[in-house]
Amino acid sequence: MTAVEERTDAGEIGQPRRRKEDRHLLTGATTWTDNLTLPGMLHLAILRSPMAHARISSIDVSAAVQRPGVVAAFAGRDFADSQGTIPCAWPVTPDMVNPGHPSLAVDTVNHVGEAVAVVAARDKASAQDALEAIEVDYEPLPVVLDMPSALAEGADKVHAHTGSNRSFTWTFESGAAGTGQPIDQALAEAEVTVRRRFIQQRLIPAFMEPRSTVVQPSSDGFTMWSATQIPHILRTMLALTLNLPEHKVRVVAPDVGGGFGGKLQVTPEEVITTLVARRLGRPAKYTETRSESLMSAHHGRDQIQDITITARRDGTVTGLDVHLLADMGAYLRLVSPGVPILGAFMFNAIYKFPAYRFVCEGVFTNKTPTDAYRGAGRPEATFAVERIMDELAHELGVDPLELRRKNWIRHEEFPFTTVAGLTYDSGNYEAATERALELIGWDELKREQAERRQRKDPVQLGLGISTFTEMCGLAPSRVLGSLDYAAGGWENASIRVLATGKVEVVTGASAHGQGHETAWSQIVADQLGVPFEDVEVIHGDTQSSPKGLDTYGSRSLAVGGIAVVKAAEKVVAKARRIAAHLLEASEDDLEFAGGRFTVRGVPGEGKSIQDVAFAAFTAHDLPDGVEPSLDADATFDPENFSFPHGTHLCAIEVDTETGAAKIRKYVCVDDIGKVINPLIVEGQVHGGLAQGIAQALYEEAVYDDEGNLTTGTFVDYLLPSATDLPSFTTDRTTSPSTTNPLGVKGVGEAGTIASTPAVVNAVVDALRPFGVNDVQMPCTPERIWRALAQGAEKSDRAPGGTVAYGGSSTTSSDGSSTSDSTDGDQL
Amino acid sequence: MTRVSITVDGVNYVDEVEPRLLLVQYLRERLGKVGTVVGCDTSNCGACTVALNGRSVKSCSVLAVQADGGEVLTVEGLAGPDGSLHPIQQAFHDKHALQCGFCTPGMIMAAWDLLRENKQPSEDEVREGIEGNLCRCTGYQNIVAAVQAAGQALSKEASA
Repeated sequence: MTAVEERTDAGEIGQPRRRKEDRHLLTGATTWTDNLTLPGMLHLAILRSPMAHARISSIDVSAAVQRPGVVAAFAGRDFADSQGTIPCAWPVTPDMVNPGHPSLAVDTVNHVGEAVAVVAARDKASAQDALEAIEVDYEPLPVVLDMPSALAEGADKVHAHTGSNRSFTWTFESGAAGTGQPIDQALAEAEVTVRRRFIQQRLIPAFMEPRSTVVQPSSDGFTMWSATQIPHILRTMLALTLNLPEHKVRVVAPDVGGGFGGKLQVTPEEVITTLVARRLGRPAKYTETRSESLMSAHHGRDQIQDITITARRDGTVTGLDVHLLADMGAYLRLVSPGVPILGAFMFNAIYKFPAYRFVCEGVFTNKTPTDAYRGAGRPEATFAVERIMDELAHELGVDPLELRRKNWIRHEEFPFTTVAGLTYDSGNYEAATERALELIGWDELKREQAERRQRKDPVQLGLGISTFTEMCGLAPSRVLGSLDYAAGGWENASIRVLATGKVEVVTGASAHGQGHETAWSQIVADQLGVPFEDVEVIHGDTQSSPKGLDTYGSRSLAVGGIAVVKAAEKVVAKARRIAAHLLEASEDDLEFAGGRFTVRGVPGEGKSIQDVAFAAFTAHDLPDGVEPSLDADATFDPENFSFPHGTHLCAIEVDTETGAAKIRKYVCVDDIGKVINPLIVEGQVHGGLAQGIAQALYEEAVYDDEGNLTTGTFVDYLLPSATDLPSFTTDRTTSPSTTNPLGVKGVGEAGTIASTPAVVNAVVDALRPFGVNDVQMPCTPERIWRALAQGAEKSDRAPGGTVAYGGSSTTSSDGSSTSDSTDGDQL
Repeated sequence: MTRVSITVDGVNYVDEVEPRLLLVQYLRERLGKVGTVVGCDTSNCGACTVALNGRSVKSCSVLAVQADGGEVLTVEGLAGPDGSLHPIQQAFHDKHALQCGFCTPGMIMAAWDLLRENKQPSEDEVREGIEGNLCRCTGYQNIVAAVQAAGQALSKEASA
């Protein structure tokens, strides 16, 4: 069976090209970091803390060194002077408290799973076996797990040397910012006020490839291969952290098995592997087990969201007041504090709120640090606003869809500057919504829902809506600067045209499943008029692709792809000059189309880009002062974000006797601007949906009251399998971005951002007749069943916690709601 | 140490192994067959799936000594001698059933076993057939489509 490649003469962009990167992945000819073996390489195993908070009163690694195959063992004190601190690149406020983050704990441990010692051996099993010979005495300290308690006066502290468990308080208020009216006025004058507390449970990115790092030391630096999303940032940060010259550090990201933000990090394990390899002067490899990964790779989400929405009786929204507690975990990692702040600009979403306030407090607890996870701040924001819109609709007794229509930005109002100060480039919420309603058969489902309610069917039907937007293309460097981020948001590309006319594209965007090699080839094929097959994309090695800011935040195409376009434009400009010379014409008289320069109005073959490339290579006959090269380099810094949007609809069946919820139909219509490769786009949407739905229904990182992660394996942390998910119906509308020449927006995070509230709104919708106004995520059968039981008592609080794992949970802070809505249809 | 004789992708290997050595460790660390990968330590993810004596197994849950005298097929042994992709590999390519590709070797081998028994599985049958293999990238939809398409191709091959 051979692939039928749909092609038209319209060009490569927009074609569902099958991916160039597939073959080696399909045949097992892969270069995962753990596959790598170097001569003399040692294998590392890391001893991790079993205590959430303790003083290390003594640690002795000497017996481990005596074990067979072991070469060396080290504790934190052995590297205390050289390990520096894991960098945090996003000090969100000038007074943000960063307690420092040793890679290998020295005096205290602050979360279960923190690294305390490392063994280097000739093989992995010997290293692992020797861990049991390490003697550690822990003196327990009080464990801080719950955010409100952590902030209370006189609370036990995670870090003894800090003033409190508060890292920062970050505030935005539209009246003060001049982007809208004062929030206090909106709150005071509100005709209707709805308050809710939503819990964004802690999640684990759970990329399929466990993290792995290999370090080859040199006399004054090292080469690192690592399962990372960010080889370039990692290189700079490792040089700064370890006080080594940046040009002596090379970082390679070979095949990388997923990231989802989870590999957007400078990890303790990368630093430890480097320290050991350099200390011993031998290559070293560390590969984590899945259990280690779940408890020590950074987590995501984990917010308590107090949301207040105000409106007029007619349903016009007048204000949104957001107060977040964001769990940083025990330490600040690369962008931990910045994640909730990214949400600051998205809570107002697609609605025309005249007044808006956002306050976020970052809180330390004795848990694994949190950081970026697919969407990073924006899923949290979208969830809160899409949930509160449903609650407001319920309060007002209006249709949630009508409430949205009344308040969203109409398509003729773009570009639209929001109350959070961002300018949305383009969109058409009406069109996407109409298409989604049509695809799911909304009216028919509504009828069925009414009928099931009427006959008191034990299986009720819930219909959930999420009309979302997000900001993609991170990020304009000036905006990042104004938010105190330590780096820019540009991306780099260079194009090399070889003597034979083949093309190499070097990109700073480091792919780990996104299909950049294919998409970039399509872009370049169109730009230069060369065959798709003639383009090779080079990435993921700071030596061969020296400049870049890597892959996260749905930025690769909207920033990195545009850098490719800019570089291609330079190549064509250089080629044009040589072609004009060869054709004995003026540059102004040349046309360039389909990879060929022709003289306007003059019949003839003209010169192909390949002819020009060969002429540049031989350099026998070039115009005076022209360099013999077509190669070009471009760095693109976007002037604005791009703002994809879409309408996601979920129909869910909830068995009111068992609490089981099953998605019957999921439809999404996404508007991500122009599409380079629809096949890749659809794949990104599917995967994003799976992760967002998983937050709604399945996944939660749970700690017991001693700070042990009780979801530390894939037995307990429920990654959905194929039987847990439906087939999705997807479609697109197209509102080209106006902020970049390709008109593209970004799609990597859309599904994850949009789907969670669609599913939870559907679950709650099914249960409204029972007096239920919230179900805490993940909406497990147990939680739904409990919500039904409590709903009978007219509570609109989500039941907190879970006993599903046999212990208490981190969600003891579930809170009160001041709204007392009781006007739902009663059975 | 125990002596084992195992045929992997058509090549016979004789080795002394520790009794505790897992089949996946034997493949990766002793034979250099790193196309088969390890994704977890609780036999949940299925990334290490291979065929042992014609049935799919999670090679993290089989000891190398248990495979003694057996025949192992990994994702590296599927393509034709001329490098042509196996119909399942081809279908995964055609249907964009992989993104990062880490789960792919195990997913393909699980599909191989599923299609050995049933070349025209329904969507539900495919989903149940690959339930023991986790993918974090694709949401499974294109994998399901690929497995069904591969079944069609294999049916045609069988009747040709």
